[in-house]
Amino acid sequence: MANGTAGLTLLDSEVPVFDISIFESRPLFPSQTWLACHEVGAGACPAKMPWTDIWLTNHIAQAVIAAALVILFWLIVTHRPKIVPTRRQWAGEFLYNMLRNGIGRDIIGDNYHKYVPWLVALFSFIVINNLFGETFVFMFPTFSKVGFAWALALLTWVLYNAVGIKTHGLRRYLKLQTIPDGVPKALLILVLPLEILSNFITRPITLALRLFANMLAGHLLVVIFVTGGWFMLSQVKNLAINAAGVVALIMSFAIFALELFVGFLQAYIFTVLTAQYVSSAQAEAH
Amino acid sequence: MFPLEGPPTGPLGPLLPEHLSEFVVGIILFFIIVLAAWKIVVPRFEKIYAERSDAISGELDRADQAQAAARAALAEYKNRLSTAEDEAAAIREAAKVTGAQIHAELAAKAEAEADRIIATARVQVDAEKAQAMESLRKDVGTMATVLAGKILEESLDDDARAMRTVDTFIASLNQA
Repeated sequence: MANGTAGLTLLDSEVPVFDISIFESRPLFPSQTWLACHEVGAGACPAKMPWTDIWLTNHIAQAVIAAALVILFWLIVTHRPKIVPTRRQWAGEFLYNMLRNGIGRDIIGDNYHKYVPWLVALFSFIVINNLFGETFVFMFPTFSKVGFAWALALLTWVLYNAVGIKTHGLRRYLKLQTIPDGVPKALLILVLPLEILSNFITRPITLALRLFANMLAGHLLVVIFVTGGWFMLSQVKNLAINAAGVVALIMSFAIFALELFVGFLQAYIFTVLTAQYVSSAQAEAH
Repeated sequence: MFPLEGPPTGPLGPLLPEHLSEFVVGIILFFIIVLAAWKIVVPRFEKIYAERSDAISGELDRADQAQAAARAALAEYKNRLSTAEDEAAAIREAAKVTGAQIHAELAAKAEAEADRIIATARVQVDAEKAQAMESLRKDVGTMATVLAGKILEESLDDDARAMRTVDTFIASLNQA
């Protein structure tokens, strides 16, 4: 950023503003190779990196901690449960009821019981990782790394197709999913590809992308408001821009609150859609 | 340094994970959580839910039982009350009958007794009358004889003396 761009006087042009390389994973124990190719002015990293640079990164660690916290949370709230619940147990039951009755029973129907563990795991794992975007220590939503989102979407895809095949058998399941009732034969040439596309291909893709894009965009927005506001407030010699920086910083709190909400909402949507797909896979009519 | 700005990384572009590790670790972690939920968390919740619904339905059963017992007791009480009323009526009726019977019996007995007394009295009176007649019949001659002798012993011209004699006689009669 050149000094005095567009007539503004910058106080310190060396300050790296808009540093959004936080979205890139960092090894916990960087190898010499990694350090060498991440020096300023170094070229691209070699295609094959030491495994520690890939498997032991801050974001992997964050996901592992999230999983541990999720399990710990459920173990604590279900520790020695009472018929008349304690406050701790009540909090757990509130969440569990939402997943079991609000999502499982209401969407999947009669045989919802066997899918409750899946829904519980799905919702709690996603929501805690999303909250990591707004909480100290990490300040980074794990699912803004697209690989994690792909992982859960793939698992949901495998789950609902497995349920469908197990319920109806492969041929009947494929028929139920691709040929809607009451469609004239002539239209099948149009409907069949659309159904295949929507039920087997776009479902997992939209599931993953919705979660990933929401978390990435939301966190990007927070980062831009905070770093941009800070830059305009402290790095530019212009009162109007400083004031705009203050506004941006205040706005960043609103965005922050919005992100908390979006984190919950995306976890909920992912879980509801999973239940919905399972329900439609085992349904008799399309 | 931002991945979205980097060189295109194949057909997926920015949707390709930075490292395959994210994808693999994501799957493994999710399976671990599902396992924990499936084996521990959900069974714990379901167990306490079952216990709770048992406790609640148990309470309801106990309340039902108590209510049934109360209803049974009330029915029993009413039953006994009506039995007692019937019994009392029967007893009253029986008492009325018995009373009338006793009354009639007593009246008959009293009448019989009265008749008997009257009869006895009559017999006695008859006997006494007969006896009196007998004694009169036996004594009157004697007395007349005695009286005549006395009268003859005294001078008949002395009225006072004659009167005294009669009095003496009557007195002796009385004494006899």
